[in-house]
Amino acid sequence: MKIQNEVKISFPSRSSNEGFARLAVSSFFTQLDPTVDEIADIKTAVSEAVTNAIVHGYPDRLGTVQLHLKILEDRTAYIKIRDNGCGIPDVPKAMEPLYTTAPDEDRAGLGFSVMESFMDKLKVLSRPGKGTTVILQKKIGERGKNG
Amino acid sequence: MITLTNEKEKLTAAITGEIDHHSARSIREEIDANLKRSLPKELVFDFSGVTFMDSSGIGLLMGRYKLLCSMGGKIVVRQVRPQIARVLKLSGMNKLIRIEEEGEEENEDSE
Repeated sequence: MKIQNEVKISFPSRSSNEGFARLAVSSFFTQLDPTVDEIADIKTAVSEAVTNAIVHGYPDRLGTVQLHLKILEDRTAYIKIRDNGCGIPDVPKAMEPLYTTAPDEDRAGLGFSVMESFMDKLKVLSRPGKGTTVILQKKIGERGKNG
Repeated sequence: MITLTNEKEKLTAAITGEIDHHSARSIREEIDANLKRSLPKELVFDFSGVTFMDSSGIGLLMGRYKLLCSMGGKIVVRQVRPQIARVLKLSGMNKLIRIEEEGEEENEDSE
């Protein structure tokens, strides 16, 4: 699918950048004139993925988190979140609701559930020792056409 | 930011801004320090100033719910915005904790 616009951002895995990632993503996709709910869904899903990269990708060191945002010609917001951290040995297990490796830190284990229910598509690619890539997609409705 | 108010056996935690993994830690620490000292029977979260919350907020509420249960108390979350209510419902936490959405329990429409 043709790309209408795209941007790449990378930042160190500091938790203070979670808020930055949400702002960057919502600013970029403003071009699609999304509804308040649509942009809130995207922000929430991105927050989960970026937090996973920071908390689980790089549990004991700083690494780089890469965001690749694209606007596809069918009004799809495409977001790729990538880390080069420790990776997930068992992706289906990690995606189970309430599964968490950090219960002591009050992690609910619902990150992937949130991404799945707030976005149209979720894809997770991971290789232990190499890192994790999460791809999120959501089609933004056309406003003004149907009222 | 968080403002804690103790009143008899009730602790009210008014949170403003965004609740994510980054902010949840200091919120949790402030609440827990107060809880251990004041031992309230009820913990009320005032969410009227919360503009964003991801699943880190669920972890925060769940952890405090367990604490209050162990102390024989209960927790309530008030003035929850629609998007945040969606995150809470996804967790099924609305079955364990009383969650009041924005505008509930109010007599007049402010908007």
